[in-house]
Amino acid sequence: MCGIVGLFLKDKALEPQLGALLSSMLITMTDRGPDSAGIAIYGNDNGKTAKITLQSAKPAKDFAGLEAELQSALGAPVAIEVKSTHAVVTLAKDKLDEGRAALATLRPDARVMSSGDAIEIYKEIGLPKDVVSRFAVSGMSGTHGIGHTRMATESAVTTLGAHPFSTGSDQCLVHNGSLSNHNNLRRELKRQGMTFETENDSEVAAAYLTAEMAKGKDLGAALTSAVDDLDGFFTFVVGTKSGFGVLRDPIACKPAVMAETDQYVAFGSEYRALVNLPGIETARIWEPEPATVYFWDHEKAA
Amino acid sequence: MPVFDLSTTPLRDLNSALHGLPAGANDTVFEVINPRGHHAVAVGIDAPVTVEIKGSVGYYCAGMNDGGNVTVHGSAGPGVAENMMSGSVVIEGDASQYAGATGRGGLLVIKGNAASRCGISMKGIDIVVHGNIGHMSAFMGQSGHLVVLGDAGDALGDSLYEAKLFVRGSVKSLGADCIEKELRPEHIEKLSELLELAGISDVRPEEFKRYGSARKLYNFNIDNADAY
Repeated sequence: MCGIVGLFLKDKALEPQLGALLSSMLITMTDRGPDSAGIAIYGNDNGKTAKITLQSAKPAKDFAGLEAELQSALGAPVAIEVKSTHAVVTLAKDKLDEGRAALATLRPDARVMSSGDAIEIYKEIGLPKDVVSRFAVSGMSGTHGIGHTRMATESAVTTLGAHPFSTGSDQCLVHNGSLSNHNNLRRELKRQGMTFETENDSEVAAAYLTAEMAKGKDLGAALTSAVDDLDGFFTFVVGTKSGFGVLRDPIACKPAVMAETDQYVAFGSEYRALVNLPGIETARIWEPEPATVYFWDHEKAA
Repeated sequence: MPVFDLSTTPLRDLNSALHGLPAGANDTVFEVINPRGHHAVAVGIDAPVTVEIKGSVGYYCAGMNDGGNVTVHGSAGPGVAENMMSGSVVIEGDASQYAGATGRGGLLVIKGNAASRCGISMKGIDIVVHGNIGHMSAFMGQSGHLVVLGDAGDALGDSLYEAKLFVRGSVKSLGADCIEKELRPEHIEKLSELLELAGISDVRPEEFKRYGSARKLYNFNIDNADAY
């Protein structure tokens, strides 16, 4: 059992409240997943800089002096904001790949949680309320975000085993369920050049979607092929830089509720997670159909 | 009339009050406000009480109901009226998966749609759904009636025993050993009775098709021994 929440804003006026709304939704889902929690927040792309979210088991050691070291390695300005065990590295878009390579050399023990134009990912073991408070998620603004509370079944309770998983630029996935063909798929994806941080089944689903989108599919088409290629139980909520998607397996035993108003599209494992959203009383509320792809995209809507 | 506001009162207070009614009590109409998706609202009722729930509920609302009349003025999460024994449960909105599962008696009315596995393993309950039902509904249903005014999803009545299924709209597919059967006068009579109980007057029983068990899976067939 796990809990999932997601919020895709249509009304820009709500953007400053994204972190607060998502935090409240996530904490409501604590009893579905008290062992770890994570959140992906998509901020506005300013057109100039990109972001890398790093995580370290020894943040005091790994993040000390990193800004200056990375700056001199790249010969370009870099800003680093440390938040507990995570640090967000902001650098010019054209320095993103070079920056990731430099970080791997400078701090081999720090892990990249996410990278891209808009995404930041924070995840840790512990109760959702503690996780959101240590990263000050309530104060964050953004266009869309996804959160997960984990009750581990398929792999260990570790920071890296927590969701969301990000396997491509500005992409992330959270999962409630268990996949049965993940070992085979992981082997196949490794052959295609994907790399994996964990033995977690959900990371395979994330990497699968990344690989499909790298072949030119949009998020909706990648999710459509996932119905055929992934075996097991799943409710997925996925994010891209401008998109937000939901998919349930054909058996659909993992719960899901969605709500839509003129201001937002929201996802919750249970209706309880949605009750504090503005205008929920008059929202269109439905249970997503099995094996049916739902996705919204800011760019396509515009 | 007792009113329980679940935004300020613990759920257990409501359920204890429902369970603690003395015999012969006459203040038996309860109102529940701000249910906000709570689990297990009004479970285990064993007296003829009336409960009006003003809003949507989460898992297992009115589970094990024995004699109560529960109305949800909203939608219900998974497992509403699970294992109902008698009485009635009415959902004004939609119901999530396995509504009325394993129910032994009573009447469950869903005015919106029901999701997957509606009436799974039903054992005597009557279920009337105004809208559509999802896949694997009435799986292994043993007795009782499932009446659907809309459409049914995949694998309706898979491995069915003697529950009787009536669908007015389309059936996406029938499950193993479930077949369409003749709608005989006794079925029309039963349908009329259930439609009336569910407050439906603009639909005729003749508009339904009946589905039931082909009874081919009841006993082991020695010719299938190679399959094991």
